Amino acid sequence: MTALGYNFGYLDENTKRMIRRALLKAVAIPGHQVPFGAREMPLPYGWGTGGIAVTASVIGASDRLKVIDQGADDTTNAVSIRRFFARVAGVETTERTTDATIIQTRHRIPETPLREGQILVYQVPMPEPLFRLEPRVAETKRMHALADYGLMHVKLYEDIARHGHVAISYNYPVLVGGRYLMSPSPIPAFDNPKMDRMPALQLFGAGREKRIYAVPPYTAVRSLDFEDHPFQPVRADAPCALCGSRESYLDEVVVDDRGGRMFVCSDTDYCSTRQSHQEAAE
Amino acid sequence: MSGLPLLEAAGLSLRFGPVPALEDVSIEVYPGEVVAIVGESGSGKTTLLRVLSGMMRPEAGVVRYRDPEGTVHGVQEMGEAALRRLHRTDWGFVHQNPRDGLRMRVSAGGNIGERLMAVGARHYGNIRAEAAEWLRRVEIEPGRIDGMPALFSGGMQQRLQIARTLVTRPRLVFMDEPTGGLDVSVQARLLDMIRALVADLGLAVLIVTHDIAAARLLAHRLLVMRRGRVVEQGLTDRVLDDPQHEYTQLLVASVLAA
Repeated sequence: MTALGYNFGYLDENTKRMIRRALLKAVAIPGHQVPFGAREMPLPYGWGTGGIAVTASVIGASDRLKVIDQGADDTTNAVSIRRFFARVAGVETTERTTDATIIQTRHRIPETPLREGQILVYQVPMPEPLFRLEPRVAETKRMHALADYGLMHVKLYEDIARHGHVAISYNYPVLVGGRYLMSPSPIPAFDNPKMDRMPALQLFGAGREKRIYAVPPYTAVRSLDFEDHPFQPVRADAPCALCGSRESYLDEVVVDDRGGRMFVCSDTDYCSTRQSHQEAAE
Repeated sequence: MSGLPLLEAAGLSLRFGPVPALEDVSIEVYPGEVVAIVGESGSGKTTLLRVLSGMMRPEAGVVRYRDPEGTVHGVQEMGEAALRRLHRTDWGFVHQNPRDGLRMRVSAGGNIGERLMAVGARHYGNIRAEAAEWLRRVEIEPGRIDGMPALFSGGMQQRLQIARTLVTRPRLVFMDEPTGGLDVSVQARLLDMIRALVADLGLAVLIVTHDIAAARLLAHRLLVMRRGRVVEQGLTDRVLDDPQHEYTQLLVASVLAA
């Protein structure tokens, strides 16, 4: 049931219109950061205000929403955002990736491949991929404008010189449509290949930094690398302890105080779907 | 020193408020030629370098640059992207303070590789080999390729900056007091090295200095500036041995004999 006293989807219609205009611009220029006026949200910056603002602007009464946090549907952040939209928009929610029309995510892309018509909304803490390398915002904008990304490769060079490989395990920088350098938000580098030519629309909202960017369906997304040090997604070398998957991204869980640990799928929906299929087959 | 000039400027003028920084300055730099601009502090040397390299706009006058294909471009009319590309391919700029030209938190190899990567090099092994080769050329132990410039001595930092600038084989290098702030023995070594590199690579260099001795050692031609005007110019030995303008005479007479 919908809470009274709120507009549909919490934000007022003028704000949604402003955000949709920013989204249209973002889709038209894949990977380009578009400024928008972030509104106060009923949760603190850093908890997904940007993602919520984007979701609130694109959600409709017939949508079915899924929210994940680190791949899980049952963590605090995911549960409260899902409940928030159930109350202020009255939309159906789901934990099934295949049933959802909008998936808001923090730090993961679902294992189940997304299809056309779905929208993936990322919560982004820091939209600027160059911010650790170039502290001046004006200069980073100039670098984007001139597609002057040698500095990012200097960072990769430094990693290889120091560690023998590129030591970026999450938030691995990508080049979108062969033009804009983009932060994929803190998803593991393992998920980067899923962004490439994804049939679903990918929207990114950064509330504190007040930026929106997007990757339209079927857009090339390439992780930066060197010819002789190609990009390699990292995955723990183990099967999932629950469903046995050797393809999914794993969380390492400490199970006792004597060094015992297990690896389980970080995507809870993927893992439980596989488990129920295995039970049905037995 | 043949053919057409790489860079030519005519009628450059610029004022900072009531202070004339440049007044009707004209200059030409030919391929393979080292031109020194000397003068006292505040005479407009550095301003001239900044205007010629496109970092500052003059109020009057033009600067023209000839690309490797022979086409002439107006530096002031070039877009920012084109100017930036020019600055990391066909041109180089060596700052007085190596901290302005280096990335202090990036290793020596990364500093040299940056220009290569900026123009599209994407093979780690090749970039690294090139960096090691350039360290050797500027007389830095190749074993320090992963060392941080902050841990280098002032002379090494300056040589690293030169390596980083020359790695893309520019044809024209601007140097702003490259030996400033270094002690004399280090200066001498650096000048020697610059002279060898210039001869090896056939570089054209436009060097700003207040050190007459450095100018005599490096430069083929000399321009003497005072209060924004070029008061005398000519072959280095001619200007220094037979100065015509009274200010040049004063300048030459002020050099301390060791």
